[in-house]
Amino acid sequence: MLEVRTVSHRYGQQQVLDGVTFAVEKGEIFGILGPNGSGKTTLIKLISKELPLASGEIVIDGRKLSALSAKQWARMAAVLPQTAEAAPGYTVRETVALGRYPHQRGFFPTWTEDDEAALRDALAAVGLTGKIDEPLERLSGGERQRAYLARALAQEPKLLLLDEPTNHMDVSGQVRLLDRLAEAAHARGLTVVAVFHDMNAASLYCDRVLVLNKGKIAALGAPADVMTPALLEEVFAAPIVRLAHPASATPMFSFMPNKKQGESPVGGLRLSFLDDAAVLTAAAPLRVLSSALIGAGFQWATHFVNRQVGLGYDCSDAEGDMRRYLEQHGFPPERTVGMMTAVDVRDAVWLQKEGEAFSVAVMATAGVGNAVDAARAWQHQPLAARPGTINMVVVIDGVLTEAAFVQAVMTATEAKAKALADRSVCDPETGTLATGTSTDSLAVAATQTGQVFAYAGTATELGRALGRLVYEATVEALGRWEKRRKRR
Amino acid sequence: MWMYILAVTAAVLSLLVGISTGSLSIPFSSIVRILAAEWFGAALPRHIPADWVPIVMAIRLPRVVLAFLVGASLALAGAAFQGLLKNALADPYTLGVSSGASVGAVLVIFLGWQWPLFGTFTLPVVSILFGMATLAAVLAFTRAVERRMSVETIILAGIIFGAFFSAFISLMIALTGEELRQIISWLMGSVAMRGWKYSGLLLPFFLVGAAVLIANSRELNAFAFGEEAALHVGVDVTRRKVIILTAAALLTGAAVSVSGTIGFVGLVVPHMVRLVCGPNYRVLLPLSLLYGGAFLVLADVAARTIIEPRELPIGVITSLIGAPLFAVLFFRKTKRKMG
Repeated sequence: MLEVRTVSHRYGQQQVLDGVTFAVEKGEIFGILGPNGSGKTTLIKLISKELPLASGEIVIDGRKLSALSAKQWARMAAVLPQTAEAAPGYTVRETVALGRYPHQRGFFPTWTEDDEAALRDALAAVGLTGKIDEPLERLSGGERQRAYLARALAQEPKLLLLDEPTNHMDVSGQVRLLDRLAEAAHARGLTVVAVFHDMNAASLYCDRVLVLNKGKIAALGAPADVMTPALLEEVFAAPIVRLAHPASATPMFSFMPNKKQGESPVGGLRLSFLDDAAVLTAAAPLRVLSSALIGAGFQWATHFVNRQVGLGYDCSDAEGDMRRYLEQHGFPPERTVGMMTAVDVRDAVWLQKEGEAFSVAVMATAGVGNAVDAARAWQHQPLAARPGTINMVVVIDGVLTEAAFVQAVMTATEAKAKALADRSVCDPETGTLATGTSTDSLAVAATQTGQVFAYAGTATELGRALGRLVYEATVEALGRWEKRRKRR
Repeated sequence: MWMYILAVTAAVLSLLVGISTGSLSIPFSSIVRILAAEWFGAALPRHIPADWVPIVMAIRLPRVVLAFLVGASLALAGAAFQGLLKNALADPYTLGVSSGASVGAVLVIFLGWQWPLFGTFTLPVVSILFGMATLAAVLAFTRAVERRMSVETIILAGIIFGAFFSAFISLMIALTGEELRQIISWLMGSVAMRGWKYSGLLLPFFLVGAAVLIANSRELNAFAFGEEAALHVGVDVTRRKVIILTAAALLTGAAVSVSGTIGFVGLVVPHMVRLVCGPNYRVLLPLSLLYGGAFLVLADVAARTIIEPRELPIGVITSLIGAPLFAVLFFRKTKRKMG
């Protein structure tokens, strides 16, 4: 669809593009990324004939750019610029109607049914049909940009060029514009070449990206393949972390701010008790991986609340109830990991171990009225839940990788299962040794300062210390639970 | 549609008022009868005195027609300049072409030129030649500075040439003796005592200029969104810019050569039309033509009646009437938008 062959460009002495060659397939959404001054806008301007092509060749749909008149070009390609100049007084209809210019012939062309159909179609595609007679200046920034997109679509181009189309837009405007764009591209077989400032938008919406650096191609390919932290760090000269998008199979990017986090060894933790909750408070946010009711998944948290509820607790809206509970007691819900238990929280066990290079701490509450053998749980009647649960918070002083977090969860879970076995806790339904209860919660938290731990399996010193501490805490918690049950 | 009907009605009414008004008041019905008799050979009713016929046909009609053509040309040119240069303060005189035409006219008066065969008609002919030469110089200079011919360069080139020519005019005014009054009154503008010849000189420029500009309304709309946007929708930017500028400058130069530099019409009429009918050039250009013509005819009526039998310079009147009218419209429109 679009071929760019050894294109170079210089402004005076400064070489802005240097032998850039690539091809874009029909129907592709093709992103151009790069820092300021890397030549991305120049490239778009060369393709859109705003700048004369001095060296190299550009071919659109089999035809050389230099052989195309302005009107011929505008029938094949359209541009959505970064910011369009506002023309006061024009309505949306008049603005979009300009997109029909390249299709009209003669001195006084009539407005045909085709023109009207293309205009209506373009407005519908960007969702502005209802605003057709509004003056442009009464639209929001995002709507105005969508009106200009409609003008470009009304040209019925095969190729759409965009130069940082969402530069001055708020999030909802960006998402709407880009969604509309992707839809239109798919529905019409439109090829899109877009300059992006935002790596995340490029990663989410592009089939392929071209990374430009100092006028040369630094990388070209699918976002997941080429947008590596190493490349981006080199090109953008800034520390960048890559994450997985929770819903889309594309990478996400963020910066690494160069700020020192306050010292927060495990010793900075404080365990306190409310009437119905054991609360662990950290001096600085900890990175947590948990299965807790509130704050599950990866999270940064300063509070760990293990709340005690009665046996007859109505769990139909446990999460909402827990959120209200946290708010009532002054815990920030977005920075709190919240668990529930029927066990008396006064029996919470708090163990700490200082290693040479690290320290680990565990808080646990345990009850096994609901003990389950995970290997045979399939034999259970559904809804046979009884009170009794094991809740655990493990805090590690150090930097854990994501792999280390997962291994810490494995190690803690295995140690817990072993503690139950050693105390001969049985699954009452199957009569076999239990591995846990059906409602256990685990949170692994790390300070993310100090030593880096790539692994936390039992092959490491950290893993061994962790396993031992979890085992001891579980055994101790179970002992306290049984004692209290006997007393009753 | 109603906008066009209203504008045509206003134009026809202004022409009738223009013919009717003067030291001798002639009723509309008599004007229509006289025109019918002269143009279509209808019988002239008895009650109309025979000496009214030359007053209408030889004195007042040529005068209002010239006023109408000048007003229409200036308003069209102003609308085009404002749109193309994306500058609300642009008027037909921005490009310096009018200064060039004025230099030609003042030179003719200063030197007392009278070409054989041309007689007093020498002045407008020399003036329009100077105007066209100025346009060519401005465009050539702009192109030499920058092949793209950006709007900023064009405006600057116009200002350079305009300032240079204005200095020339001032120089001639300073050096002249007896012709001072004549020069000043020409510069202030007038459509009096010109006869049909002047309209005849202006008419071809007017027809071509108006046709070219109206045929370029879609391009002018595209330019209103900026040159970049115009390029993106497929406008051949540089070529169209030169065509539109040339058409507008010829309209201006021709109007100035027959009537002097009448201010305000070209600046304000397009603005007033825009306030009422929106910025779309498809509508703006024809309406500016009609209202510009009507406005100048009425301004001329005021110029010759306010202190009868003496005449005031029409350029003074256009501003005296135009500025308050514009102020009221602008005030009301802006208030409505805010409220």
